Amino acid sequence: MGKKITGAEMVIQTLHDQGVESVFGYPGGAVLPIYDAIFQQENVKHILVRHEQGASHAAEGYARSTGKVGVLIVTSGPGATNAVTGLTDALLDSIPIVCISGQVPTHLIGTDAFQEADTVGITRACTKHNWLVKDIKDLPRIMHEAFYIARSGRPGPVLVDIPKDIQFAEGEYENLSKTTHKTYTPPNTIDGKAVSAVVDLMQRAKKPIIYSGGGIINSGPKASKLLQKFVQKTNMPITSTLMGLGAYPGSGDNWLGMLGMHGTYEANMAMHDCDLMLCIGARFDDRITGKIDEFSPKSKKVHVDIDATSINKNVEVDLSIIADCGKFLNEALKIIEKRNNKFQSFDLWWKQIDSWKKVNCLQYKANSDVIMPQYAIQRLYELTKNKDTYITTEVGQHQMWAAQFYKFDKPNRWLTSGGLGTMGYGFPAANGVQVAKPDALVIDIAGDASILMNIQELSTAVQYQLNTKIFILNNSYMGMVRQWQQLLHGNRISESYSDSLPDFVKLAEAYGATGIRAKKPAELDDAILEMIDTPGPVIFDCVVANLENCFPMIPSGKAHNDMLLGENVSDEEVAKAIDDDGKIMV
Amino acid sequence: MNKKNPASAYDIISINEDDERHTLSIIVDDEPGVLARVIGLFAARGFNIDSLTVSETESKQQLSRITLVTSGSPSVIEKIKVQVDRLVSVHRVADLTADYGQYGALERELALIKVKGTGNKRLEALRLAEAFDAQTVDASLDSFVFQITGRTREIDRFINLMASVGLTEVSRTGVAALKRGAGST
Ligand SMILES: Cc1ncc(C[n+]2csc(CCOP(=O)(O)OP(=O)(O)O)c2C)c(N)n1
Repeated sequence: MGKKITGAEMVIQTLHDQGVESVFGYPGGAVLPIYDAIFQQENVKHILVRHEQGASHAAEGYARSTGKVGVLIVTSGPGATNAVTGLTDALLDSIPIVCISGQVPTHLIGTDAFQEADTVGITRACTKHNWLVKDIKDLPRIMHEAFYIARSGRPGPVLVDIPKDIQFAEGEYENLSKTTHKTYTPPNTIDGKAVSAVVDLMQRAKKPIIYSGGGIINSGPKASKLLQKFVQKTNMPITSTLMGLGAYPGSGDNWLGMLGMHGTYEANMAMHDCDLMLCIGARFDDRITGKIDEFSPKSKKVHVDIDATSINKNVEVDLSIIADCGKFLNEALKIIEKRNNKFQSFDLWWKQIDSWKKVNCLQYKANSDVIMPQYAIQRLYELTKNKDTYITTEVGQHQMWAAQFYKFDKPNRWLTSGGLGTMGYGFPAANGVQVAKPDALVIDIAGDASILMNIQELSTAVQYQLNTKIFILNNSYMGMVRQWQQLLHGNRISESYSDSLPDFVKLAEAYGATGIRAKKPAELDDAILEMIDTPGPVIFDCVVANLENCFPMIPSGKAHNDMLLGENVSDEEVAKAIDDDGKIMV
Repeated sequence: MNKKNPASAYDIISINEDDERHTLSIIVDDEPGVLARVIGLFAARGFNIDSLTVSETESKQQLSRITLVTSGSPSVIEKIKVQVDRLVSVHRVADLTADYGQYGALERELALIKVKGTGNKRLEALRLAEAFDAQTVDASLDSFVFQITGRTREIDRFINLMASVGLTEVSRTGVAALKRGAGST
């Protein structure tokens, strides 16, 4: 049996026992006992954010870059509701985070007490699981279960709501970090026969493709290594979702680029024409499939996912395996090696793919007077690729350009809000990465609109001397919104012009950070190098072409082989690209 | 919008499949909020709930059984099962639809039915109740309350008939179900 300590001390002790080094949070009345416990210890470092949404994304950044569980602490009522966006974001992108929220004392619950909110009610829909702790005896078990559930199976956010009297109450604490959960048992085996069947299908395939996703990243760095080996052994072409970038190197030989709405021509055409699709750790999201009934019509489809609910959700597959992606790859490689058998020659298939590659779908009109946003990302990549770099993004065109033009060679280096598309994610997430990786170069590729959603976190970065860099592709528009208005709404630019933008250089200075601005292509490289060399947080205001659109693009409601390519598309074609059925889609 | 020819994932609802009714037995941890989790999932994902019963069944292990009747195409029913099974508080989900699976299952429901009327209608109500094996659990000079147990279909039929002899109110428990034979859910 353990020793007697308070609930607040149990919270901190659990964090320590779970190997958490840093947490992100914001104090308030209902968590004061926890903050008192934080004050009196040195094992767990607390990072004071400036808004609870910032804490939630910082915890996500910490989690995704390290593979560990991220933690945030918020007060009751508004503290908890401010964290809801980050919890939802983590749910959709399968990021393991634990949110500890304060609650009004047990006897006041249900009385509309000051700063009372039904936090478990509100967050039921945006967490994998949540708990309201009503008895100090349950606290150690619940705290450890929370970590177990956040990281096991398909990872996700959880929340533990702790009334203030429970934080004060004393009880016995036991380190339960090795325990699991009585009902929650994620799959940890794999059906060898099914894997054999997949290898059989691979042997018969002439035009196979691997379509991988965030599941590989979540499985851990070993899965990425196995994926690379798998690709090398089979010589199959590989594409990935936005969330899966970096699992297979962006500079690798078999890489086709990202697929989906703003994916490459070659990736989408190969998806459309393949005869075998091996989906590993992705979920046939609507950004990926385009028009569902014209999605890869001639292929046999195999789906490997740890979450049974993802199977046959949007697309019916021929063979499914519910397992961890790493386990699948390991097993498949073993079978391939044991059989030592040959695959069909994919020469013709590669020839076809190469002809698609020649379309050069990412080309854009270069300009010597104004910085093209794509060029800015290309230069950023060239000047940072040999460093220990982590890239986060906000949401919009800049996010897609970053995904298209920045090549990720390692997993966990790319952090973006894929499922929820949360503007305001990138900067606090970058701070979270920087806290976990103090010596790394962490850059948030941002848009001028998105960055204002959580700009207050600059104060956090300054306080902790984080070296986080914000690289704004400043086009003076909510560019992605403007692009859709051009495509769908007769180019009526309704409320998407970024009026009254702050002077980002002065804004940085006002916070005590550094501001840098580049307006001409010729000055870009030096300015980027200056940004890298400047210690502390930096806002880089990269003034880019205003009206550039992000291509290629599968217009909503269209099929993979119906892409709009950038270079040769006329304004008229752009305006007519989406029909009435497509218009209702987001 | 053309449902047979869906333009995106948003539109793929039951293509060329007829709806089926299924009775699901969901064994859950008996903890606060567990019913809200299950029902919330049905609401959030647009699944139907036709009837619902819940109560603690194995108090030693602190388990409750939620018996839920839902309807949807076979693929939707499959989705419902895996989605419910994924909830952390859910131990297991079993399909206890009467004519599903190897042995089938028993489904029973209880209903209380109030009829108001005098003279012939009153007599007819009594006769029907007798024919359906319903018990008279309350009577006044111008009303009866009948209690009937049976399968949902049978109760539906009884209620339909009662409509013409003065039905005023119905209260139903929803379906309770168990597997046939010695095996448990
Ligand atoms: C919180 C939130 N609100 C609204 C949106 C809708 N939205 C998607 S992209 C976008 C514009 C983003 O503009 P900016 O950050 O300047 O990036 P750009 O597209 O210009 O690169 C908006 C408003 C969103 N994704 N998230």
